[in-house]
Amino acid sequence: MSLLEVRDLHVWFELGHGRELHAVQGVDLTLDQGERVGLVGESGCGKTTTILAVMGLLPPNASVAGEVLFDGENILRRGEETVAAYRWKDLAMVFQGAMNALNPVKTVGWQLREPMQLHGVASGARADARARELLGLVGLPASAADRYPHEFSGGMRQRATIAMALACDPKVLLADEPTTALDVMVQAQILQLLVELTERLGLTLLLVTHDLPVVAQLCQRAAVMYAGTLAEAGPIDQLYHQPRHPYTRLLFAATPDIYGEDDVQWIRGAPPRLDRPIPGCPFQPRCDRAFAPCPTERPPLRVVGPAHRAACHLNDLDSEVQPSAGAGSRA
Amino acid sequence: MSLERPIAGSRAAAADLPADRPADRPLLEAHDLVVDYPIRRGLVGAMRREPQQHVRAVDGVSLTVAKGEMLALVGESGCGKTTTARAVLRMLEPAAGTLRFGGEDITHLPAKALRQLRRRMQLIYQDPYESLDPRFRVHATMEEPLAIHGVGDRAERRQRTRDALERAGLAPPDLYLDRYPHELSGGQRQRVAIAAGLVLEPELLVADEPASMLDVSVRAGVLALLTRLRQEADLGILMITHDFSTAAHFADRIAVMYLGRIVEEGPARTVVNAPAHPYTRALLSAVPPRNPRERRIPEILKGEPPDPTAIPRGCRFHPRCPLVQEQCPTIDPALRPVPSSGPDAGRHRAACVLV
Repeated sequence: MSLLEVRDLHVWFELGHGRELHAVQGVDLTLDQGERVGLVGESGCGKTTTILAVMGLLPPNASVAGEVLFDGENILRRGEETVAAYRWKDLAMVFQGAMNALNPVKTVGWQLREPMQLHGVASGARADARARELLGLVGLPASAADRYPHEFSGGMRQRATIAMALACDPKVLLADEPTTALDVMVQAQILQLLVELTERLGLTLLLVTHDLPVVAQLCQRAAVMYAGTLAEAGPIDQLYHQPRHPYTRLLFAATPDIYGEDDVQWIRGAPPRLDRPIPGCPFQPRCDRAFAPCPTERPPLRVVGPAHRAACHLNDLDSEVQPSAGAGSRA
Repeated sequence: MSLERPIAGSRAAAADLPADRPADRPLLEAHDLVVDYPIRRGLVGAMRREPQQHVRAVDGVSLTVAKGEMLALVGESGCGKTTTARAVLRMLEPAAGTLRFGGEDITHLPAKALRQLRRRMQLIYQDPYESLDPRFRVHATMEEPLAIHGVGDRAERRQRTRDALERAGLAPPDLYLDRYPHELSGGQRQRVAIAAGLVLEPELLVADEPASMLDVSVRAGVLALLTRLRQEADLGILMITHDFSTAAHFADRIAVMYLGRIVEEGPARTVVNAPAHPYTRALLSAVPPRNPRERRIPEILKGEPPDPTAIPRGCRFHPRCPLVQEQCPTIDPALRPVPSSGPDAGRHRAACVLV
């Protein structure tokens, strides 16, 4: 049994005037204990909405359907009532933008102790000792507990937010673009820290990012989202070397590799609007391989290999072999 | 689609030759540029008449951009790359150094002459969501600079706007003229911002992280547009970026900045494939490869990111340098040619005692 399983998750946002945005349109994910999985996609694809739904942290104008199973229990069964018991204690989140996630007028130590007291994990001197221990775990000196966020560099702040997420000893860490605003040297340090933490604590990591190389280096598996749906999910090695969805291939080809000799590609057009129904494959208008069924029939996510699923009609054609992104394929 | 990447472009090579006639000179030349920012003293400090303190954000930067060439200025946040760009555009007053544009000394150009110069150099901002006024339709945003500079009549201004949109890859232009920024995608917005920079037919574009706010799938389109502009219109481009991969793929030359100095510069592929400065090597090692089977062990630098209020003595990189030598705390190395016999001889330079 998987540690965390998302089944057919849907999220709608009420926009007023009877309009509705279907931000997540049926997402399935599984995470096994100790695994690092990437959730990849561009802005507006629903990746952050997906993990906010898992955490039960969506704003009031959102409605959710589907199941989120933690250790086999549906934590969204009765909404906030059930998910609150899991939030921070079993599932914790690292937010994008470390500065905004920290309270500027409280010491870092205070901010680490608060969730422990709130969830009855520890209080008083024990909470303080644990706060200092957590800081050590993320590579900060224990004395950082007595300092304020503005005294920290960007990388130190991101370490502090990771320590906060770990305060109640969660099993699963959901990290939303944890390195996006950081310089490359600091990014490398934070990625190294995430690997160490998952290995030392047996943590399970869901890494949400638009940055494919980060996922390629950190994760064993990844799911590629487009327009609220999963385009493809599987071992990261397969996604790179044998993608089974044109979007995955083009996304890799649009990502410059520093030593790569192939030209960097781009994808024409923009993702579809999610406030109206999408008849066929959502990627079809931008796809370089679209054919007869694509504009009208939405391709289901089907198994295309061991632990590998893709939602593309091309996989129904026996003779079709999609070129690899790694081979420097041309659009 | 194919992007030409001249590795040893003849135009770029010409930029390094001594030039007597203005026609032979690079489009933009900065020599030993220094930019200081005052540190706020606070009321008490001002009343006590404490001496004004400065942060030296740019400390002796020399660079050239030739016509049709793209120079990428690469570095981490706080290294002074954006300040350099602003000084080059004369948006900031340099404390020392000289700036030449088209051979003419513009270091101390008075305000009136500066306005004429501004037509010839344009800045493309990082965030097209902020650089375009949300209340203005595309044509209003683009025609405004033409009106300010008194270019043509209404009909001519509209025609220039159409041409610029088309050159920026927004065709047919009539589809975009009446739109508001919120009706455009991120990539389209940045193309409009670039088109707005093109209406005055500048000779130099300074692009500050032109693609970093855009989605991965459209980034290369905007960067390829810049490549096309310099090839077709002979535009010189100074691109500011923190992204080494982008610089490697789209620039002719790369200059790496650290704490207000250029520590290494040369042809883009040479800097990436054969970095000479330990800082460049460390930065490159930290860039994650796209291929999951490739592994690169990042050479993590010790110490905190550089702080321009406390510049170390000697080589400013020495406290973090993995190859620090005995003399490094005392010697402040200048850029020197990296020994090479190939076509890059003399064009690849680094500021390190080990070179």
